[in-house]
Amino acid sequence: MTTRTPEPQENGLVIVPARYLGRWIAAVAVVGILLMLIYSMFANERFHWDVVGEYLFAAPVMAGLGRTLMLTAISMLIGIVLGIVVAVCRLSANPILSTAAWAYSWFFRGTPLMVQLLFWFFLAALIPNIGLGIPFGPQLLSIDTNSVISPFTAALLGLSLNEGAYMGEIVRSGIRSIAAGQTEAAKAIGMSRLQTMRRVILPQAMRVIIPPTGNETIGMLKYTSLVIVIGYSELLTSVSIIYSRNFQTIPLLIVAAIWYLAVTAVLSVGQYFVERHFERGFTPIKGKKPAAPAASATGPVTGPTPAPSIEPELEPSK
Amino acid sequence: MNEPVLRAHNVRKSFGHLEILKGITLEVQAGQVACLLGPSGSGKSTFLRCINHLEKISDGEMWVHGDRIGYRRAGNKLHELKENETAKQRASVGMVFQQFNLFPHRTALENVIEGPTIVQRKSRAKAMAEGMELLDRVGLADKYQHYPSQLSGGQQQRVAIARALALKPKLMLFDEPTSALDPELVGEVLEVMTSLAASGMTMIVVTHEMGFAKEVGDVVHFMADGQLVESGSPRQVLEDPREPRTQAFLSKVLA
Ligand SMILES: Nc1ncnc2c1ncn2[C@@H]1O[C@H](COP(=O)(O)OP(=O)(O)OP(=O)(O)O)[C@@H](O)[C@H]1O
Ligand SMILES: [Mg+2]
Repeated sequence: MTTRTPEPQENGLVIVPARYLGRWIAAVAVVGILLMLIYSMFANERFHWDVVGEYLFAAPVMAGLGRTLMLTAISMLIGIVLGIVVAVCRLSANPILSTAAWAYSWFFRGTPLMVQLLFWFFLAALIPNIGLGIPFGPQLLSIDTNSVISPFTAALLGLSLNEGAYMGEIVRSGIRSIAAGQTEAAKAIGMSRLQTMRRVILPQAMRVIIPPTGNETIGMLKYTSLVIVIGYSELLTSVSIIYSRNFQTIPLLIVAAIWYLAVTAVLSVGQYFVERHFERGFTPIKGKKPAAPAASATGPVTGPTPAPSIEPELEPSK
Repeated sequence: MNEPVLRAHNVRKSFGHLEILKGITLEVQAGQVACLLGPSGSGKSTFLRCINHLEKISDGEMWVHGDRIGYRRAGNKLHELKENETAKQRASVGMVFQQFNLFPHRTALENVIEGPTIVQRKSRAKAMAEGMELLDRVGLADKYQHYPSQLSGGQQQRVAIARALALKPKLMLFDEPTSALDPELVGEVLEVMTSLAASGMTMIVVTHEMGFAKEVGDVVHFMADGQLVESGSPRQVLEDPREPRTQAFLSKVLA
């Protein structure tokens, strides 16, 4: 957006930037509608902004928010780790591993999350004891299922296992986006499969993996409200408990929405920085001529100081 | 002590029913620069990839510096090596690809020290010092902090050569290292390879650069249809080929 007056070029000609009248009209219209919306919301008494203010930082709301954040963070963490494992298994040459990974994705993507949550919660009714032992052989260890499956663990199991299935597909598409030449180059310098995955493939695949993972995290933030069905209370449950008592439904839902929006904003900022980190080396579009970045501005790390400029003139060093 | 650096005996390779290598027998002596010529699809790349076990040979035997590639012999049985054991064998063979295949998320120096630090577990400081020396050797010491996307094709290929050299290989494989380059960038890469040959490195070079084969090559092998058709000195094979298939190929390339 340059608004300076056009200066004559060397050849005496003046460059007049193109003007886009349509863009200006659209911009004015959008800003106008937005202002009207905001005004009508704040001027409308039935929104009860005083109640919103009253409950925004109320202790039960804060506690609910805390649990939402914890559930989101832990479920996503487990989901991502599971996703990487599932993706690697899916792409493995071992047919049993890849089929198992496929079946896992199929099952957990194919059933409603709410059913999965209820299933985990009622696990105790189905399988009263969780045992560790040899199939058809002796039992080595046995625990009462009820003692391990609390609403929290059921919520965590349900959310993270479901997430793992989706993350598996995301990670797999990321891995597949990396050209085979990268794996070959890594192999050719003697890297093991694990080293290749960790040092070469995944860091590059991250560029493809991060944006949908951001989506998943923001989705998870809101999916956590499903755990209401198994009696775990998070942000939305907390406000619903309050409005069922004082009937201030809309203001309390606004309280929840404000927090969801705030957390989403923070997550988006975080995503920006994570994306920027993995953009390392990719930012300049592959061009014929190097853009000569400020490489020589900072001195070399260690080792022999390179001569200021050694151009493609070759002297065998030995 | 006359063990050749590479000994391939009756090497065969099939993909499904298609036999790509039909029994290649070839030796490369220490310090030799062997150039591999042949029409497209004749199996040159496949042969190179078999040498460092990126491809498993279907039949025959192959040794690098006396080490059998991909297998361990016990009695009259050949035991296939595990993935991580072949990974170690690969480190003694450097490979340079047509498409460079540098790691785009690492700088030139980081590309070079990746093998020494991660595979050979050298200290980072030592690897960096040696890496800078190698970059200097390929004329890119001042570009050590550049990412591959900030380098020209010729510069990327020189970094790729430095990366392969960083593992101190006994044998260097080049698969058409200049074919993806703009004509004006070919020279700088060939120069690096020439000086590498002069330093005594054993090299197998798949190339269409007849000038390089003639001036730097010690032997030229001509391959067609998965077979070694003719081998000899560059002068003999390139200027006075005996086999009709070699003659036909050269007349097309040199036309
Ligand atoms: N993984 C594979 N699966 C099936 N066929 C393959 C595979 N790799 C190579 N081939 C086939 O093997 C033949 C020889 O390929 P190769 O790449 O070795 O030829 P080349 O001599 O290097 O040719 P060019 O000069 O084009 O590089 C080709 O017909 C190719 O289609
Ligand atoms: Mg080839």
